[in-house]
Amino acid sequence: MEMLSVKNLSISFGGLRAVDSFNITIQKGELYGLIGPNGAGKTTVFNLLTGVYKPDSGIIILDGENISGKSPIEINKAGIARTFQNIRLFKNLTVLDNVKTGLHNQYKYTTLAGILRLPSYYRTEKLMTEKAYDILKVFDLDKEAATLSANLPYGKQRKLEIARALATNPKLLLLDEPAAGMNPAETEELMKTITLIREKFGVTILLIEHDMKLVAGICEKIFVLNFGMELANGLPQDVLNNPEVIKAYLGE
Amino acid sequence: MSFLSYLIKGISLGSVYSIIALGYTMVYGIAKMLNFAHGDVIMVGGFVIYTLMSLAGINPLISVLAAIVICTLLGVTIEGIAYRPLRKASSLAVLITAIGVSYFLQNVALLVYGSNPKSFTSVINVPALKLADGKLTITGETLVTIPLCIIIMVILNLFIKKSKVGRSMIAVSEDKDAAVLMGVNVNKTIAITFAIGSALAGVASALMFSTYPNLSSTSGAMPGIKAFVAAVFGGIGSIPGAMIGGVLLGIIQILSSAYISTQLADAIVFLILILVLLIKPTGIMGKKLHEKV
Repeated sequence: MEMLSVKNLSISFGGLRAVDSFNITIQKGELYGLIGPNGAGKTTVFNLLTGVYKPDSGIIILDGENISGKSPIEINKAGIARTFQNIRLFKNLTVLDNVKTGLHNQYKYTTLAGILRLPSYYRTEKLMTEKAYDILKVFDLDKEAATLSANLPYGKQRKLEIARALATNPKLLLLDEPAAGMNPAETEELMKTITLIREKFGVTILLIEHDMKLVAGICEKIFVLNFGMELANGLPQDVLNNPEVIKAYLGE
Repeated sequence: MSFLSYLIKGISLGSVYSIIALGYTMVYGIAKMLNFAHGDVIMVGGFVIYTLMSLAGINPLISVLAAIVICTLLGVTIEGIAYRPLRKASSLAVLITAIGVSYFLQNVALLVYGSNPKSFTSVINVPALKLADGKLTITGETLVTIPLCIIIMVILNLFIKKSKVGRSMIAVSEDKDAAVLMGVNVNKTIAITFAIGSALAGVASALMFSTYPNLSSTSGAMPGIKAFVAAVFGGIGSIPGAMIGGVLLGIIQILSSAYISTQLADAIVFLILILVLLIKPTGIMGKKLHEKV
């Protein structure tokens, strides 16, 4: 079963072909790594997949649905969620409220019910809180639910971003450098968490990462991007031993 | 005793400023724009009540509810037509559009109702309270305005802190792009913000014109500007700030017109704004801006 199928995706900024004929097929439940040197276009690929940028050409099919050219909110509804390279939590909201914000696309009550505190308000908010706690427990953040997200330590902020993205109930989760700035112990723990959420939520994952140990350790397949183009694509051991890849990363 | 009576009058006027200031501060906090047409929405609310109650003879309560509904729809319409297309434009373009909308509303009112000021009949039918052997009189308008203002503040604060729309508002105010990627409907959230602010303008119109019954096409402009001053004074973007700023402004205005000079009252209000901004540029409740190095 294909979860994501991207064909000939391209975008240019001025004269620069930032992403050039990008093709990828991700199977349901797969954990795919997207790597490449700085400036290779990895985050641009994420921005294209989530609708932040409109592609110049190409087709994106998510679970059988053509989402190319749709707006970010439609794509989120279709089932793609993401985290950011630089943490972009809602700093003035608590840990719990950050996750509840992610749940907004699934729970409804009217604004008037919220102002007048009608029974539907209490019922829905209670369900959201329970659901949010379930997600926070997976990330071991439930004890910090009432903390302002800005006051969390760095490693936990990274985890909360993943929790918030998962709360939107995605089919495909895009993680943009989840281990950036983490120490080895935190990275180790993150690897376990990523493996766990894949099993528990049955979500397909595409992750950008620089930490080779993390990529090789958990990804089933790896895609290497260089100057916006495919350099290698396949199983980790093949890709990481590919002389072209070594050249792109380490020079000749 | 006269000081106490001025103080109460000031708090009452200040409560109205607070309700208007909420509209400015919420829109600024969430959509990062100054809606200078907000004061004119109050004027429209005043004319709606005047038309229904004084001209058509409809029950005051129904007239006020109708004004609230019409103000809400007007606010959402203004946002949808004039501001939404400019979401990605510079803040200066939006500001100029807001001024344009303000003059548009004023001139439409001028066209419909003419330039002669109308006398507004109070919608509040509560007897005045006489205290201390009749030395201290609290008007019925004041008796309604102050508690109503407190109720609105409490409900609004709870709503923003503990509801879906409230969380969306905070999320949008912090990071629109991240919010939209998390499935938050930014346009809807901003429209609801305008709806709430404009509904409060409708409430404010009933309270303000009941106390100050002079209704003309420009009668929303000055209270609008003063409420904006109150919002900045309290720290723009902060809801408790709008409340404190509004009440302080009302007290300052009434006391300075009573003890210093009626003509100078407005000048004193604006002088204090300048002083506050010189000493604490982010306002009373505004957050300190730390520069990151």
